Amino acid sequence: MEKTLKVLAIKNGTVIDHIPAGKALRIINILKLQNFEEVITIGKNLPSKTHGKKDLIKIENLELNSGQVNQVALIAPLAKINIIKNYQVIKKFKVAVPDILTDIITCPNPKCITNKEQGGTKFLTIFKNNKFQLKCHHCERLFSQEEIYDYLA
Amino acid sequence: MTKKFKHKDIVSIQDLTKEEIIYLLKLTEKIKKLKNKDGLLKGKVMASLFFEPSTRTKFSFESAMKHLGGDVLSFENMETTSVTKGESLYDTIKMMERYADVIVIRHNLEGAARFTAEATERPVINAGDGANQHPTQTLLDLFTIQECQKKLNNLTIAMVGDLKYGRTVHSLTQAMTHFKSKFYFVSPASLKMPEAIKEELKEKKIQFSELESFDRILNKVDILYMTRIQKERFADPLDYEKVKNAFILKAGDLTKAKPNLKVLHPLPRVNEIEKKVDETKYAYYFQQAQNGLYLRQALLSLLLNKIS
Repeated sequence: MEKTLKVLAIKNGTVIDHIPAGKALRIINILKLQNFEEVITIGKNLPSKTHGKKDLIKIENLELNSGQVNQVALIAPLAKINIIKNYQVIKKFKVAVPDILTDIITCPNPKCITNKEQGGTKFLTIFKNNKFQLKCHHCERLFSQEEIYDYLA
Repeated sequence: MTKKFKHKDIVSIQDLTKEEIIYLLKLTEKIKKLKNKDGLLKGKVMASLFFEPSTRTKFSFESAMKHLGGDVLSFENMETTSVTKGESLYDTIKMMERYADVIVIRHNLEGAARFTAEATERPVINAGDGANQHPTQTLLDLFTIQECQKKLNNLTIAMVGDLKYGRTVHSLTQAMTHFKSKFYFVSPASLKMPEAIKEELKEKKIQFSELESFDRILNKVDILYMTRIQKERFADPLDYEKVKNAFILKAGDLTKAKPNLKVLHPLPRVNEIEKKVDETKYAYYFQQAQNGLYLRQALLSLLLNKIS
């Protein structure tokens, strides 16, 4: 008898697709879902027509809000998000890195005033050649996408 | 505030458009020529918050304010402030805004001036925030270049010295991109102009070349902008000894200079410009420092709505 391994369809929740291979766990971390009580299915290194490999996350009984979507965009700018209700996709959208990110990133520059004073951070997104850089509104330093991974609040 | 200038604060040269920069330079020229200006800021108080050591910039701001009849609140050093008791910068600013009409701040942390500007409705002038910005230096450099060359457009500028860590040369280069300049970057290999700035120049199609000596370009440049190379930047002191002479300007070098060449330096100098250069017609760094006074007078008067 042929055995098949399948990832179960979810009844209600969110599917994050087209995550760069190897980044799924990082998204779980920044969304602070490590201790989330519902079922989370993570697919790593799944075949992808466009990128060779991809990761995928299915989260049951959770609909991401816009702040969380922004955070996903910082790690997986090409991710697609499906909101599922009653096994049906009711909303489908691509993530987009917003032009301004408020209180999402801690400035990686240890000499930035925002690391010493209370009051939050603001980063401006600068898009160039399909990539983006983030500029701290305070210290004016530019950071690449990779440089901010460890500084997401 | 005048319609031509919408900013409440002077925090970063990157906030200013070309038109705004030109406007500020015109205002500086106006105040430099203005007679009977000694009562212009009478009754106004400037808080001079220098959280790290500075001689020239601090004196320049305080002198600018006093020569216009204003008063200055300042502390001698950090030890005499409540910051040493753990007070936040925010609280210091909220207190000072009750005592002063304008706040000038130098701080070792980058972004401190922006933070201050956002914490208060009083106008704020950045007198240097760590390695980030020092906009009044850039503006006084631009004013001096325009004054000694009678124009800002289409000039050839050589920047010499530590181009990697020197915020002065970074900001001046970025500001000069408004004016179709051509650049020579003269530095030791380990202290070259950062890639990000070179990328910016390439995008704007601005010509530049990198050299390790200024010897062959003195007959080509209008401005020779000298900066100090700090020995401590070299991991091996021997490396410093090998290169240091290539970045010292001697009076004899200037025999090859273009007649209109002017030598600038943000000061302090250590040994990178021989004292004999001071006596040549090319030296312009002390006039540059004096222009700092007029530029700061112009900014203080503008932000306090006393000139337009």
